[in-house]
Amino acid sequence: MLLGAALLAGGAAAVFPMVWMVAASFMRTGEASTYPPHLLPRAPTLEHYRALFTRLDVGRYALNSLLVAALVTGLSLFVNAAAGYAFAKLRFRGRDRLFRLLGTALVVPTQVAMLPLFLLLKALHLVNTYAGVVVPAVASIFCIFLVRQYALSIPDDLLDAARVDGASEWRVFRSVVLPALRPALATMSIWTFLATWNDFLWPLIVLTDDRRSTLPVALAGLLGEHAQDAELMMAGSVLTVLPVLAVFLALQRYYLEGVTAGSVK
Amino acid sequence: MTARPAATGRAGWWFVAPALALLAVFFVLPVLAGLALSVTDFDLYAVADPGATRLVGLRNYARLFADPAFRTAVRNTLYFAAVGGPLTVAASLGAALLVNARLVRWKAFWRTVFFTPFVTTLVAVAIVWRYLYHPRYGLVNYALGAVGVPPVDWLGDPRWAMPAIILLAVWKNFGYNMLIFVAGLQAIPAELYEAAALDGAAPWQRFRHVTLPGLAPTTLFVVVVTMIGYFQLFAEPFAMTQGGPLESTTSVVLLLYAEGFRFWRMGNAAAIAFVLFALVVTLALLQRVVQRSARQRSAA
Repeated sequence: MLLGAALLAGGAAAVFPMVWMVAASFMRTGEASTYPPHLLPRAPTLEHYRALFTRLDVGRYALNSLLVAALVTGLSLFVNAAAGYAFAKLRFRGRDRLFRLLGTALVVPTQVAMLPLFLLLKALHLVNTYAGVVVPAVASIFCIFLVRQYALSIPDDLLDAARVDGASEWRVFRSVVLPALRPALATMSIWTFLATWNDFLWPLIVLTDDRRSTLPVALAGLLGEHAQDAELMMAGSVLTVLPVLAVFLALQRYYLEGVTAGSVK
Repeated sequence: MTARPAATGRAGWWFVAPALALLAVFFVLPVLAGLALSVTDFDLYAVADPGATRLVGLRNYARLFADPAFRTAVRNTLYFAAVGGPLTVAASLGAALLVNARLVRWKAFWRTVFFTPFVTTLVAVAIVWRYLYHPRYGLVNYALGAVGVPPVDWLGDPRWAMPAIILLAVWKNFGYNMLIFVAGLQAIPAELYEAAALDGAAPWQRFRHVTLPGLAPTTLFVVVVTMIGYFQLFAEPFAMTQGGPLESTTSVVLLLYAEGFRFWRMGNAAAIAFVLFALVVTLALLQRVVQRSARQRSAA
């Protein structure tokens, strides 16, 4: 059937580069550079993974990436949830104008802020620190929008009931709002985690010392020295891509919610 | 109820303060500073001693527009966005129609398959594609050879390097837009299709007269967002071609990166950033105008 054939062809095209990446990572050195090309390794070997972890120390880069992504996710969860909730449910002077301003700021490409941000971090002695990568990434307009959209559906009566019981605004936020926002927070966390793990340009600029590099930056660096070694580079790519694929596949329901939420404005 | 405005008035500010403070210091302030930077001759010496910076007015901009390297970068970026954008949107729409078709089983499975490339780490998959494009051993040329097409030096030939990067970008990004199209498709009322079918409309006519108009706002949104994203092309050429061969894949952001962080000509680089900004704002405004006129037309 035509429909089935089109789906199969499209699906194959979508996953093929990743399948080949995994296959080539298990090939012996030089095997990926033969003609006609092999699709599967003749004699699977772990030598490239071993080389990556021992000689090239990618474990360190993976930990760096994990640390940075976890810190950004954890902090952004709190900061953006508080702001998104306030924009949805709390009345304060200038709220609506401020919110519109944030919407306008969404069009500004991040590269515009990049150069002065680097100089600012330099003045604060944050260049080549994890803080230099993490702190500027914590507040996210996109996440604030996401949380606000969701928080609008929390009934006001629920909040007022807690207030009547004498709860402080902080208490209301912690005990009523955060639990009610759980699905939105899950979406936002996965989204932020993957985006931070995959980020390339900013860590490349800020983490000038090679030992603090995140995994994608380290991988691009390896390419400079080991471009000829296709199988090794594939193993490195597998290690970079696999964690995000695993997180995505495990939690895709939440992740995909963010896609449509982001498009509906 | 009565005490709310005053009581929550203060609290609201406390809740938004951390996010706003971070955005102000690490985003708004740098953007404004960038504007200032772009009219100075801030360079490597100024990094060490900012006092040595001088105002040069619009000289950076004037020099940029006279600079062949910059014009090439703008041309490359527009080429990438103008060809890659529509291709990505077409592929996304095709995939959305496929996974949303009534007869398709395991819809969620296919959606996930098509979406997977989008979550991958760009640098890693760009490296994979580098080897797929290898002129002698690459699988792309092998597949083409099977149908009789002579080998192409994808990343080594200035004519083919950008198309190769576009193909990678389409592959990487179509799944994201597909989901937005699926949401758009599901928002089209089923009654419209039923009415069209009653009027004897064939599938193709239903697609032309019901689906396409129903998707128009979604399409406009997807096109603009994709193009804005594509104006920021960077990691693909960085990992695959370093902007070569013969500058054929040097993008605006790649040039910005090189000027700013390799040669430390920050004033120049800031001017590049604002040209990029202007491009993006133009597109966003264009979307507003089109959307508004479309809304007026449908209201009239």
